[in-house]
Amino acid sequence: MVGAAAHADEDKYVGRRMLRVEDQTLLRGRGKFMDDLPVAKGTLHAAFLRSPHPHARIVSIDVSEALKQKGVKAVVTGEDIRPYTKPLIVGFENPMDYRGIALNKVRYVGEPVAVVCATDRYRAEDALKYIRVEYEPLAAIVDPVAACADDAPVLHDEVGSNRVSRRVFTHGEPEAAFAASDRQTEITIRYPRNSITPMETYGIVAEYQPDTGGYDVTSNFQGPFSVHAVMAIALKVPGAKLRHRSPPNSGGSFGAKLTMFPYIVVLSVCARLAGRPVKWIEDRLEHLSSSSVAPNRVTRIRAAYDADGTINALRMEHFDDHGAYLRAPMPAPIYRMHGLSTNCYRIPNVEVINNICMTNKCPTGAVRGFGGPQLYFAIERVIAQVAKDLGRDPLDLMRQNLIQADQFPYRAPAGALIDSGNYQQVVADTVDQGGLEELKARRDAARAEGRLYGIGYAMAVEPSQSNMGYISTLKTKEEREKAGPKDGAVASCTISVDPLGSVSVVGDSTPQGQGHQTTLAQIVADELGVPFEMVTVNLETDTQKDNWSIAAGNYSCRFSPASTSAAKTAAERVRRKMALIASRFMNVPPEDLLFKDGWIAAQSNPENRMEFRRVGGLAHWSPSSLPEGMDPGIREVAYWNAPELTPTTAKDEINTSLAYGFAFDFCGVEVDRDTGELRIDRYVTAHDCGTILNPGLAEGQIRGSFASALGASLYEEFVYKSDGTFLSGTFADYLIATAHEAIDPVMVDTVATPSPFTRLGAKGIAEGNQYTTPVCLANAVADAIGRQDITVPLTPAKVFEWVNGEEEPAPQAAAEDEAEDLIDYSGDALRGQGSTFVPASAEQVWQTLMDPAEMAAIIPGCKSLDKQADDHFTGVVSMGVGPVKGTFEADIRLENLKKPRSADITGSLIGALGTSRGRGRVTLVEGEGGVTVSYEYSIHLSGTVASVGGRLLSGAARALVNQFFRALVRRAAPEAKSEGGGLMRRLRARLGGKK
Amino acid sequence: MKPAPFDLCIAETVEDVTGALASHGETARVIAGGQSLMAMLNMRLTEPDLLIDISRIPGLDRITVDQTGVTVGATVRQAELAAHAEAREAVPLLAEALSHVGHIQTRNRGTVCGSLAHADPSAELPLMLVLLGGSVTLASAQGRRTVAAEDFLTGTLTTSRRPDEMIVSAHFPRPPAGAKTAFREIARRHGDFAIVSLACIAQGRNLRLAVGGVADAPVAVDLADVSAETLPAQLNALAWRLRGYDDIHATARYRREMIRRLGLDMIMEAMA
Amino acid sequence: MKILKDGSKTQVSFTLNGTEVDGYAEPRTLLSDFLRHEIGASGTHVACEHGVCGACTVVVDGKAVRSCLMLAAQAEGKEIRTIEGLAASDDSFNKLQDAFHKRFALQCGFCTPGILMTLSSLQDSGRRYTEPEIREALSGNICRCTGYREIVDAALDVLGDRVVA
Repeated sequence: MVGAAAHADEDKYVGRRMLRVEDQTLLRGRGKFMDDLPVAKGTLHAAFLRSPHPHARIVSIDVSEALKQKGVKAVVTGEDIRPYTKPLIVGFENPMDYRGIALNKVRYVGEPVAVVCATDRYRAEDALKYIRVEYEPLAAIVDPVAACADDAPVLHDEVGSNRVSRRVFTHGEPEAAFAASDRQTEITIRYPRNSITPMETYGIVAEYQPDTGGYDVTSNFQGPFSVHAVMAIALKVPGAKLRHRSPPNSGGSFGAKLTMFPYIVVLSVCARLAGRPVKWIEDRLEHLSSSSVAPNRVTRIRAAYDADGTINALRMEHFDDHGAYLRAPMPAPIYRMHGLSTNCYRIPNVEVINNICMTNKCPTGAVRGFGGPQLYFAIERVIAQVAKDLGRDPLDLMRQNLIQADQFPYRAPAGALIDSGNYQQVVADTVDQGGLEELKARRDAARAEGRLYGIGYAMAVEPSQSNMGYISTLKTKEEREKAGPKDGAVASCTISVDPLGSVSVVGDSTPQGQGHQTTLAQIVADELGVPFEMVTVNLETDTQKDNWSIAAGNYSCRFSPASTSAAKTAAERVRRKMALIASRFMNVPPEDLLFKDGWIAAQSNPENRMEFRRVGGLAHWSPSSLPEGMDPGIREVAYWNAPELTPTTAKDEINTSLAYGFAFDFCGVEVDRDTGELRIDRYVTAHDCGTILNPGLAEGQIRGSFASALGASLYEEFVYKSDGTFLSGTFADYLIATAHEAIDPVMVDTVATPSPFTRLGAKGIAEGNQYTTPVCLANAVADAIGRQDITVPLTPAKVFEWVNGEEEPAPQAAAEDEAEDLIDYSGDALRGQGSTFVPASAEQVWQTLMDPAEMAAIIPGCKSLDKQADDHFTGVVSMGVGPVKGTFEADIRLENLKKPRSADITGSLIGALGTSRGRGRVTLVEGEGGVTVSYEYSIHLSGTVASVGGRLLSGAARALVNQFFRALVRRAAPEAKSEGGGLMRRLRARLGGKK
Repeated sequence: MKPAPFDLCIAETVEDVTGALASHGETARVIAGGQSLMAMLNMRLTEPDLLIDISRIPGLDRITVDQTGVTVGATVRQAELAAHAEAREAVPLLAEALSHVGHIQTRNRGTVCGSLAHADPSAELPLMLVLLGGSVTLASAQGRRTVAAEDFLTGTLTTSRRPDEMIVSAHFPRPPAGAKTAFREIARRHGDFAIVSLACIAQGRNLRLAVGGVADAPVAVDLADVSAETLPAQLNALAWRLRGYDDIHATARYRREMIRRLGLDMIMEAMA
Repeated sequence: MKILKDGSKTQVSFTLNGTEVDGYAEPRTLLSDFLRHEIGASGTHVACEHGVCGACTVVVDGKAVRSCLMLAAQAEGKEIRTIEGLAASDDSFNKLQDAFHKRFALQCGFCTPGILMTLSSLQDSGRRYTEPEIREALSGNICRCTGYREIVDAALDVLGDRVVA
């Protein structure tokens, strides 16, 4: 339980475990989420046609058949959208032309290509298959380091390189420090792609208003509202003409609902072209393939240190992979962490090289942790490795290099002004309460039995409230001077007291479940001395009516430091005004007034008092009785900013965030040698997040962050084949821990060092475990199995191979079977080989294979096959296994014809379920009684079938190939006795079972 | 993610179904619980012209337990079989395997026969049918036939059911008296399709071992004179014969390794 | 035998939280869509539409099922319970809702209706559950906010075999 150590003031709501006001609505099923809001009659529903290709040129799009489908009112393509838009800008000059929908080219699987707007979602989806898109596939690139090579396929021709930005930062004197240090350790880490995939997906209703020339949009966009400017510019309207509203409830975001704004632009134009409001609720498959993910990253990190363990310098080169497009504020995550490039350690010198890379994958966006998991995975892994190389206890080494409690505020070399903390105390409490010594004893005991058991540690400075200027660090000093300064982080809050004296609060924090209504009510009720229940908090936003700033929204732990400060400030203003009014009636100076229990009383004489509601009412009912010059009514707006958030300096130093918490974790993990599974014996986590506003909410944030970080550590990854094929298309592929898998961390009760820079002393709490947990577990596994190169997620199959050596080879008999029906989907293509015996002559088989009519009868599901030339056939096949069937257009070419011995076949299948391109070779060898037909093939699969059907693809391909050859035998040798049965029968026969 | 259009037939008798299947063939699909089919419909991986709902046909919801084993009608839900006391007693392994099939919500609606008809290579119920040497009974307008498990499950999502046939029941024989049984599986999460599932029946040193999730359908082997000394080599040979495949959750090698390691562990437990 | 033709709407009626309701559905209309957009009971949420996440869980004839994996037409004549039916007639929380509230067992609240309906179906059995049983029962419901501890605690408060302090 957190916060028990901090003494909660009995008289105050802040610090108390106040139950959530949000629950009253949500637990009754009365929440109003995006898809619950009523829409205007005639509203159309959108469905997106998405690219099956990772990279292709769009040759043509024909929507005419789709437009004829029942209920379809408009079909919109990138070309249709172009005249109404300008490109969506990002934080630095670059020529990329991105408008949320493909123009000329597709660059990732799932990229929007066209939008059908129809009378309902079912019909909109029906029409998708009638849109005909001709693509010219291009080579794809998915690895960020390889993408920077000169010969890599380039995504954006107008940029000319996949490395769209490279910056080298030198803070302190890293070169000299490296030269002067006794030793160096270098590792390379690869951090995967993941996201926290909120339960509620994106939802948008957009309307164009021809009368005003403006757009009216409601969506579950989360901010930051700096992006509102990006949308308005893209839609070519003044900011005020893009009205954006948010619904009362949002079903989670964890960052994801930031980069939905390109869809807002696309749907706004769709609504304009369709002449009706258009609604779109993203479905889960869309969300997984094409909404937003955290950038994956490759980092080479090197530490320079002395024999006594003093770390003198770090040098790191990041290859940050942002997928196919940059969407504002990308590439922000890497820059958000820049000031903290030395984490919690007193390391005076650091060199950082940031490469921003484009690849053929889903574009990136915000994910809880925002750049931290990647950075801290590198730092905490290299520190663990340094300890190993020095033969030191890792925690001992970490402690040696920690920032000391008397050094705060501590200016880190890259610019972070770490406001406060007592890291030594947190570590001591954690070691003590978490039972580290006992855990070490368990490790020793396990190891004595030959078991694989390790202990891992991780620490992290936890930043909160981003400096809106940090992204400018991406620019050079000269570019920054030209553009003008960017800094600060504004939060706003409006508090009104109505004629009956009740209090309403409007804020700009667009929560997605964090309990902001509850917390703001606590703060305001405390300040005004009214019962908690008298404060109503509304956090819906409306950019035409409400106060907001570019920093508005819910991200990077903004709420606890900033939104609360704005609320406190606004409440103070209300209090001051009411004190002035009351002072006049009570004949006491305003400073003497105490606001408590719904009364305003003179401290010097508590009998002299007025009811809070009466004072509030006066401001409305009797403006004439107010002090001279005072405005009537009570409505105070606070715009709060932190002066500590200054612009990037000429030396590229940036105080990236305002308030910095601290997290320290350790864990004990056992690796099962036989299955590669991990058993987390104990996980201990400690957080100092300054003032705790509501322990119930704070614990929820810690546990929630831990759960998603556990997911990132063990289960979650967006997987792409090296050819750009996307594989994690469903919740059966992208795995999320459930109550059955989740474990409970031991939560440490430790110090709370309030931030001097926030009004309540609060710091963020929601991201700490995103930073610590993946690397803490990785360090434990490294310790358990003695391996340096650890990547997450720690899947059993991967860990198994780390722990176990080579596989036991096949015995002779089984090896002989291998010639038949081999299939391998470990690489980028599905490769197979095999052979079948046909009791016919090579000539007969050859004739059959070359005859389109015969082939039409042999190819599974072939509806038609036309000969375009002697070596070129086109047709339509309805293909699949079991109930899974799709209709595909087939294009088959024969090459290297060596009658009647061998032929090469290349071809493609294109359909609504996906596309495949493949090549194969068929070889005929005559023997006794017939001919052995051998084949080998490799097929690249893409689109729906690959992203949702991965588990079954090998078996399906094998079945289809088998069907083909059985049909070939039937056609080429119709008299031959059918063997009957398929692959499984043959396999079972080999196993000695039923024949 | 909405299904493509189809006609929906609410069948009242088996003849309704076989009649509709006879006239529609492959373009019709039978739906009972729909826990596999509905997801495929929503993703438009399958677009039948006609969906035939058999869940209201009387008489198909029976579980019969006799000397030979457990016979399960076409509309018996997985949860109903798991909770059936006599069936649990007759074939304890069935209930154990069922606890790994999906989740409460899917077991409440998903049927036993539906899982067999779907023929997912990693699914537990087909594994049980193969291990126990069970069968399914199919009905068409022409009549009925009973097909042995290994002849029924022919590949990935593929069975020997003809397009004009529906499953009316499945039969899970009792294991031989005195035999010991065991079940193991490894999955990424609870309720997920198994990476590898294993089950066995041991009688003295004779063993029947079934493996799911590795080949295109579950397979069973009968091994005689099994011992701790012979098993590793036998399991290695089996692993290589089945080969396995790579997917997002595991490698082919991992699948083979689980046959060797989990398999050994499970068999030793059963034979102990 | 009844055949519902593609594109045409037929009347579907069932009991929802004790009250007869009816509306019109095409053969392919999902029960989840029907409840939300035809009946207007939008407390049941949709989050994956392929039967994995559990957000759309409702109780049909006493059993928790996925409403995205059921056709509206299949609900004809059934008795269905949803989140809207949990509170008492005076609109006060029932025991599960109350436990969720007191335990901070929800954050965004999007998965919560599905989780409550799953637990509600267990409540019907009248038996007590161990923590592993509760965790197993909830393994078909994904929550992204809480990490599950508070949910499991709330469930155990009402359904658990442990003594509630």
